Amino acid sequence: MEYEIVIGLETHVQLKTRSKMWCGCVNQFGGEPNTHVCPVCLGFPGVLPVANEEALRLTVLTGMLLNCGLPKRAKFDRKNYFYPDASKNYQITQYDLPSTLKGCVEFESENKTCRVGITRAHLEEDVGKSSHFDRVSGVDFNRAGVPLLEIVSEPEITSVQMASDYLNELKTILIYGGISDCDMEKGMVRCDLNLSTRPVGQKELGKKVEIKNMNSFSGARKALTYEMNRQIKVLRNGGALIQETRRWDDAEGMTHSMRSKEMAHDYRYLPEPDLMPFEPETAWYDSIRESVVELPLARKRRYMKDYGLPPKDTETLVSNPSLAGYFEKAAEHSKKPKAVANLILNNLRACMSESNHSVDDLKIQPTHIHELVQLVDSGKINSRIAQEVFNAVYESGKSPQGIVEEKGLAQVSDSSTIDAFCDEVIKANPKSVEDFQAGKQNALNFLKGQVMRLSKGKANPALVGQVLEKRILNP
Amino acid sequence: MQEINVQYVAELARIRLTEEEETRFGGQLSQILEYVDKLNQLDVEGIDPMTHAVPLVNVTRKDEVQPSLSNELALKNAPASLNGLFKVPKIVE
Amino acid sequence: MDKSIHAFLSINKQGVLDQAEKADREIAEKGLSADRPLLGIPIAIKDVLAEKGAPLTCGSRLLRDFVSPYDATVVTQLKNAGALTFGRLNMDEFAMGSSTENSSVGPTCNPWDYSRIPGGSSGGSAASVVADECIASLGSDTGGSIRQPASLCGCVGLKPTYGRVSRYGLVAFASSLDQVGCNTKTVSDAATMLGVISGYDKRDSTSVPRSVPEYSAALQSSIKGMKIGLPKEYFVEGMQPEVASSIRQAVEKLEELGAEIVEVSLPHTEYAVACYYIIATAEASTNLARFDGIRYGYRVDGKNPFELYCATRGSGFGEEVKRRIILGTYVLSSGYYDAYYLKAQKVRSLIAGDFTKVFETVDALVTPTSPTTAWKLGEKMDDPLQMYLSDVCTLSSNLAGNCGISIPCGFTDNPTLPIGLQLLGPPFSEETLLKIAGDFEQATDWHCRKPVINNAGA
Ligand SMILES: [Mg+2]
Ligand SMILES: [Zn+2]
Repeated sequence: MEYEIVIGLETHVQLKTRSKMWCGCVNQFGGEPNTHVCPVCLGFPGVLPVANEEALRLTVLTGMLLNCGLPKRAKFDRKNYFYPDASKNYQITQYDLPSTLKGCVEFESENKTCRVGITRAHLEEDVGKSSHFDRVSGVDFNRAGVPLLEIVSEPEITSVQMASDYLNELKTILIYGGISDCDMEKGMVRCDLNLSTRPVGQKELGKKVEIKNMNSFSGARKALTYEMNRQIKVLRNGGALIQETRRWDDAEGMTHSMRSKEMAHDYRYLPEPDLMPFEPETAWYDSIRESVVELPLARKRRYMKDYGLPPKDTETLVSNPSLAGYFEKAAEHSKKPKAVANLILNNLRACMSESNHSVDDLKIQPTHIHELVQLVDSGKINSRIAQEVFNAVYESGKSPQGIVEEKGLAQVSDSSTIDAFCDEVIKANPKSVEDFQAGKQNALNFLKGQVMRLSKGKANPALVGQVLEKRILNP
Repeated sequence: MQEINVQYVAELARIRLTEEEETRFGGQLSQILEYVDKLNQLDVEGIDPMTHAVPLVNVTRKDEVQPSLSNELALKNAPASLNGLFKVPKIVE
Repeated sequence: MDKSIHAFLSINKQGVLDQAEKADREIAEKGLSADRPLLGIPIAIKDVLAEKGAPLTCGSRLLRDFVSPYDATVVTQLKNAGALTFGRLNMDEFAMGSSTENSSVGPTCNPWDYSRIPGGSSGGSAASVVADECIASLGSDTGGSIRQPASLCGCVGLKPTYGRVSRYGLVAFASSLDQVGCNTKTVSDAATMLGVISGYDKRDSTSVPRSVPEYSAALQSSIKGMKIGLPKEYFVEGMQPEVASSIRQAVEKLEELGAEIVEVSLPHTEYAVACYYIIATAEASTNLARFDGIRYGYRVDGKNPFELYCATRGSGFGEEVKRRIILGTYVLSSGYYDAYYLKAQKVRSLIAGDFTKVFETVDALVTPTSPTTAWKLGEKMDDPLQMYLSDVCTLSSNLAGNCGISIPCGFTDNPTLPIGLQLLGPPFSEETLLKIAGDFEQATDWHCRKPVINNAGA
């Protein structure tokens, strides 16, 4: 019998705000333990939460980017559970009236366009972080109360690859929208996996297995692959699966049942009495709509169509929004957008990684790239010299034209100068001239190289070839 | 009479009760639940639940950073601490 | 001082001397000013309001060593007004109770009879004012916790409209019902206190952005022509006859003063106690979840967090708190939410609706504050339901979010125990209530009667 898997993902993303969700403590990764804390995020007696308007804005913006519905009314609720990293022993979250509902993400996976439904994206708060020692644990609440967006997908993902592509697309969208930095190393994105297996053709879903708190996409991929194989094996052997929560052990590369003596969850949700509901006005939604950016997939399609770039180059550009923005400025009036892209993807990226620069600290401007491509295209300089000019512009921020003039790098196409170089080379290399006359094509290349060297690389290589050939074969 | 599974609820609330308390609370709570049962005399069909005593909406704060407590002050009331952390018995998942 | 009635949990002796000296200097240098209306005046604070550097125990063993690192907004307002904040007042643990017997360190006694309760949960707040241990005090009122002890001890107790006074720094019992207010010797003092503690607070999302009127000015005008409702449902079965007759006399007095009295009905009143105890305990069960012995407070260790929580909370909380947390946890638990909590919230709408409707026809309501005078210590301790029923006159206004005030309106003869008159008004009608209460106070001398305080020790 053939089996198929169905995956749903709950992705938690830390929002990019200055301060935490309910208090003025800084929303910043790291720091000495328990130094970004105050009575509010430590859950001291008597404190009250006040909602961060920017977090609400980013939530709605995410909703817009994920094609979600924006309800007329939203509210916060308390989800009650005891855990040492939860400073109030309840989490403030959105239960039955979230800020966004029912959307979808479109992305490419295995050369197909896929669409996965988004059940909801709701706003909640992060918890503190525990460290474990030999006999005891310790809790740091610096992270407690950081605004957290929970994005819940419909169980519509049908392969591990598709899950992985979905996660990457989601991440790119969130970075694009300025919603989150999505820095995995800093734990800004975490996800819970739901996976079930059923025989192909069966309508109802299989028993749902949940794997919580994956903090890397590669881990998620491994866990899903393992779990898929495990479930299929159980079913093939005639076994039955149970609905349960399993834990991924990265070191062992396996999931383990959390066969818990722990009590069944009973979260006792109730509307948060300390926070008022939200009934956003149209004007507020409109102001947020102004921040909606083009999504990566749309951008990719546009680059391929408008600039004729190959898929691979496009993906590289699109995955880095600031570089993509730089590219668009450079390519704006260019007749050779592909040459512009090549210069950015090859030369610029190499220099940037070597010098550890980000797009924001570059001296070389998009207009410089445009100009450089134009210089080559018009024959003002040849492509070898272009490399030299690029490096000089990168270092100095001076215009390519200026560098060419300053260093006298303009291509030599003047025929009397080229004739003179060629004559000199022909005279100095009788053996090669003879070889060429005897039909050895390599000899001409050697002679060409000599002319280029003599001209310090500035001679127009095409012209040099023509002149040499003419002079040697028809003296 | 409404029976409460006091032991289950106390565990949910993370409160250890003595056997004597469990029995006594059981009786008292049943009596209270019997009393509150009178709410069922009312027809509340179509009535909106009242969560707040005031009808405010859209109350937010600006995204501005305010000073935090020092680690010393944060831990000052802690029953036990360790390297700037709140010390707890080992958490096992 | 305070040995016989035990109103205080702690007193900051050196602090108050320093503050007093500063106040003296300020008065000598600049004289009195309108923006420092409490300059040099000793105000005591119920131990449920955070005051930086002071203990904040909420009458609980669980918080017996807790020292607050911050000030409640009302405490900041008191300090800005020049008040001397010098002591922390006894209360029912986490404000849960009607007698102040649920304090982990023992009850406060009624200044009129040490063998009786002072009411609660702000028993310390009312008793300290009546015993002249302070000029005024702050308390909190979730179901009558300021007004009922005011009635039982014989002083003024004001519960402002929900959202009028910031709750930031008030340790929550039931967030949607709690409101900070004051106990004072006179109505005029209540007006002054209210002027100081009122106002919008950006730290409290339920605080209402609304300007603060000159409450003291309201006392100048008269109640002539006002229409005051007498809700028939508040003259409950089992009401003490002396209380009923005192209220009737008080109503006659109000008529004499020019008010028109009309009988009105609040038909859902009989459901208020049931509705209240579901909502209040549900909210309390989650509000008190934070007291777990991890970040602060008393801890009983355990081999894992679960054991630690259960042991800490099992022995850190007193009996009434545990009973209410369990009831509240139960009504929210899976399968019961709709039947209890949601239902109670709907009934709450009906109760609030009764008030809205009646306030379309009258300016205020007049009722007893408590159906009885102060009872004996221990009398109702074994019967929680009877204890809950003693709040029958006060808790509806918390459900509705209205304002209310209790003022002395008579005494029983033998023993001599105070009786309180309650005035209720629609949201933000504190000026009206103060006006009626002020006129009544002017026309009577109940507020002048004082108990004899024997501080040799009870
Ligand atoms: Mg969540
Ligand atoms: Zn904080």
